[in-house]
Amino acid sequence: MPKNNTENRLVTWSHLWKVGDNISTDHILPSRFMTQVEPYELAANCMAGCVPQFSSRILQGDVLAAGENLGYGSSREQAPQALKYAGVSAVIAKSFARIFYRNCFNVGIPAIVCPAFVEESSEGDLIEVNLEVGLIYNETLGKSYEFTKPPEFMLTYIKLGGLIPYLEEQMSKA
Amino acid sequence: MGLTITEKIIASKARVKNVSPGQIHDVPVDIAYIHDNNGPIALQQFSRLPKAKVWDPDKVYFVLDHHSPSTTFRAAQHHRNIRDFAKQYGCHLIDVGRGVSHSVMAEDGVPRPGKILVGTDSHSVGLGTFGCLSTGIGSTEMASVLATGKIWLKVPETVKVVLEGKMPFGIGAKDVALLILKHFGPCFLNYMAIEFTGPLLDSLTIEERMTITIMGLEMGVKNALMPVDEKLLTKLGTTRDNEEIITADSDARYISEVHFDVSNLQPMLATPGLPTNGTDVSKAEGTEIQQATLGSCSGAFYHDLEQAARILAGRKVHPGVRFVIVPNSSRVILEAASTGIIQTLMEAGAIISSPSCGTCAGYEVGCLASGEVCISTTTRNMDGRMGAGGKIYLASAYTVAASAVAGHITDPRILLGGEVDA
Ligand code: SF4
Repeated sequence: MPKNNTENRLVTWSHLWKVGDNISTDHILPSRFMTQVEPYELAANCMAGCVPQFSSRILQGDVLAAGENLGYGSSREQAPQALKYAGVSAVIAKSFARIFYRNCFNVGIPAIVCPAFVEESSEGDLIEVNLEVGLIYNETLGKSYEFTKPPEFMLTYIKLGGLIPYLEEQMSKA
Repeated sequence: MGLTITEKIIASKARVKNVSPGQIHDVPVDIAYIHDNNGPIALQQFSRLPKAKVWDPDKVYFVLDHHSPSTTFRAAQHHRNIRDFAKQYGCHLIDVGRGVSHSVMAEDGVPRPGKILVGTDSHSVGLGTFGCLSTGIGSTEMASVLATGKIWLKVPETVKVVLEGKMPFGIGAKDVALLILKHFGPCFLNYMAIEFTGPLLDSLTIEERMTITIMGLEMGVKNALMPVDEKLLTKLGTTRDNEEIITADSDARYISEVHFDVSNLQPMLATPGLPTNGTDVSKAEGTEIQQATLGSCSGAFYHDLEQAARILAGRKVHPGVRFVIVPNSSRVILEAASTGIIQTLMEAGAIISSPSCGTCAGYEVGCLASGEVCISTTTRNMDGRMGAGGKIYLASAYTVAASAVAGHITDPRILLGGEVDA
């Protein structure tokens, strides 16, 4: 498997995890964990509502694919944070719930809309995500999928690691 | 081509003449409100900005409502940090005991027509009842709003929902909400704005309208709006001249227009799994329950307690059922106490808990054991919402109270002394 270049956060190689439609923030991080704020706690309980032992089985840099409406439900940012701290490097879905979508970029995880990829790929596939050109390559299938790139400022969030580093940069310029 | 209310609010705040769906605009925020569930991370993120100050403390409200009064040692520490932060910067603090953020903000007249509000809660869309653009954001984005007072918004497409007919006997605003949710499903309205209108709105109180707008979020909307009318102005104790009232242009462009006539509506249920799983109550009649709940920003207003009391007067909660009532504000409790409703409910065996989110997401109040079934006026019924393995049906306060008496899911109209034309 090719190595991830940690300097460039816009390209990642990884294995794929797959879940279905309407996976809510309650599935990703159930409300009983909502007083937790530390990265290790959030990581440990990631996907506790739908994928058993996710956090101990995921490999650093893996990608999560989902059906329609990923991140349905509450505004809880702990959900994408849990994914991030557990090691998920990107989420790809047929569609996203809007607050979850924004939250992903704000915490530094790219959220990619690509229905055809989700439809045809399976759990365990080896894939490459290239945000810079808007392409996902499924090596297991030997097939590429184009997606619409997010606006430039959102790509900058990902490059820098989220909205806060972006703001820090803006504020230091001001 | 004219503009919808949402488009006009964004255009006026972004100081541009015209906007169209899909455009991204930076807009100033008029009010930001933050609760104790997402506040801790917002403060953590804010502290990563060494030079940051709160842009305008008078526009910032902290509400301690999710774990309230502090339900764990951990929550107590979060509350303390939030209180300290609010004091340090001079922000408003609504401490434990007042109720759920949306209800309290509404009671205090914070949302005003034409404004832009952001809350760290998805159900912030409910304040659109006040003719403003109110939407939910995450904690990191709130940290950014606290520092800059601005946010980027993509102009949403607007769907017009026209509510018509007369509320039938034994039907509540929650039934109307569940009907609309059933029609659109959980993601059909993702990223869109809803503009509610139609003659039915005239007959609904502001709180009943909030029941509907709050539930709008479960269809994925960015915001849900209702036009300003005399009833709303009276509630706010203001007049047209003092407010920034924005109306839709007569030639505004809506991506679609959907009419709902409620005249023949039967009591509704959302079956476990999704709030959009709407069906007639008759489809689950007889399902045994272990818990019945009045709760949440959308389902524990005075009118909900009053509806429950009409069913419970002179009756008893079934011995196999816990009937847990978590009013959404302290004023609801005070009002219900002064009209004798609290007495009626408690004499029947209901449990009254302190005003908070409480049972809505199993925040250490009214949780379910695996295999238990609950019928509830709360907002959501995803698996595990009130405890792993518990099942939740959503319904109106009438249906919840009637089921609490029967010990199983049942049509409330019989206990209300009416005919059932099923
Ligand atoms: S009552 Fe429920 S839906 Fe409303 S803000 Fe609280 S947790 Fe969210």
